[in-house]
Amino acid sequence: MVESQSPGQSSELEEAARFQARVDQEIKIEPRDWMPEAYRKNLVRQISQHAHSEIVGMLPEGCWVTRAPSLRRKVQLLAKIQDEAGHGLYLYSAAETLGTPRAEMIDALHSGRAKYSNIFNYPVLSWADIGAIGWLVDGAAIINQIALCRCSYGPYARAMERICREESFHQRQGYEIMMSMAFGTAAQKRMAQSALDRWWWPSLMMFGPSDRDTVHSSQSVAWKIKRVSNDDLRQQFIDMTVPQADYLGLKMPDPDLKWNEERGHYDFGEIDWAELKRVVSGDGPCNKERMAARIKAHEDGTWVREAAVAYAEKKRQRESAARIAAE
Amino acid sequence: MTAGNDWPLWEVFIRAREGLSHKHVGSLHACDAEMALQHARDVYTRRREGESIWVVQSTDIVASAPADKESLFDPADAKIYRHPTFYDVPDEVECL
Repeated sequence: MVESQSPGQSSELEEAARFQARVDQEIKIEPRDWMPEAYRKNLVRQISQHAHSEIVGMLPEGCWVTRAPSLRRKVQLLAKIQDEAGHGLYLYSAAETLGTPRAEMIDALHSGRAKYSNIFNYPVLSWADIGAIGWLVDGAAIINQIALCRCSYGPYARAMERICREESFHQRQGYEIMMSMAFGTAAQKRMAQSALDRWWWPSLMMFGPSDRDTVHSSQSVAWKIKRVSNDDLRQQFIDMTVPQADYLGLKMPDPDLKWNEERGHYDFGEIDWAELKRVVSGDGPCNKERMAARIKAHEDGTWVREAAVAYAEKKRQRESAARIAAE
Repeated sequence: MTAGNDWPLWEVFIRAREGLSHKHVGSLHACDAEMALQHARDVYTRRREGESIWVVQSTDIVASAPADKESLFDPADAKIYRHPTFYDVPDEVECL
């Protein structure tokens, strides 16, 4: 957008104080408002990584589109994957309002400088995994994203609201798949249990490191980018999901999981933090495959992008020539 | 690998239902107006959110500066006589 006038001449410190006061009063920060450089940087990192996760998140499910067990399941899965592309685009748009070009963010993903969610680096071994992904992965994402709807940065909060609205179908279609498997034949039930066994712990890791070890949190809390801590969100997810597994007659793969009357929450076993670290830093079961697929898609699309630009340019020249001729 | 250049950015406005005005919903990249409309349709109306779409190249939007907010809009706060509730009229007189 065009800057019609330069902002006032108040000092950096005054601006910072005014900014924090606005955040404290729950007034949303908008793209052209003054903001600390670190706030901007932090948001670009978080929103672009969130966008990358949506985009990479299409890959594990994509390979099941042609193998969906019915047309009904196939159109549902396609719609879910299309939503994920859309969600990636809403988020890139939100991140761009902070002044970083989209091409730069995508390059950061492809060159390995930017991270994306750990969860998409696990293999999708059976159709029941598609159910488990919708139920657990989208369920965890929704918990995380509902908290982000109250984030201090307007464009991010608005993208989150829209995404949450659209994603509730993802979770429900996943649970419906789990129901048809868990209440199906013995073999189907075994597949459902195996999917839960493999996806439960990685889903818990989606909430990030424990509050004891997290690097970015305290400043993000003061800036109201992060409204609820990783461990609180994780607990909320566990409390919500255990009864859903009970209904399916499936067993959580955690011997330490039990209701704690005193806390009013489920206690659960220790997460394998070393695994999370490994997967996030590039050494999960499918990291290389996911990135290779992403980069190939981007490179294979180069000629299409170039042709579109050339066509638009040709059309512009023709139109201006026609205009001149008419004058 | 190079970052390359982004296509121009467009702002998208959607009329949700007949009778409503268009409302800003987000932005997208496209190399011309026709493509911007097609992309807007795919990205922002997957659930029948619209009856009509406007796309405007982002660089064509001129916006007021946040720093001017007070000088532009605060004066209206003092002009309470622009609202009907400012005026005292008797209850028994109707249609006022």
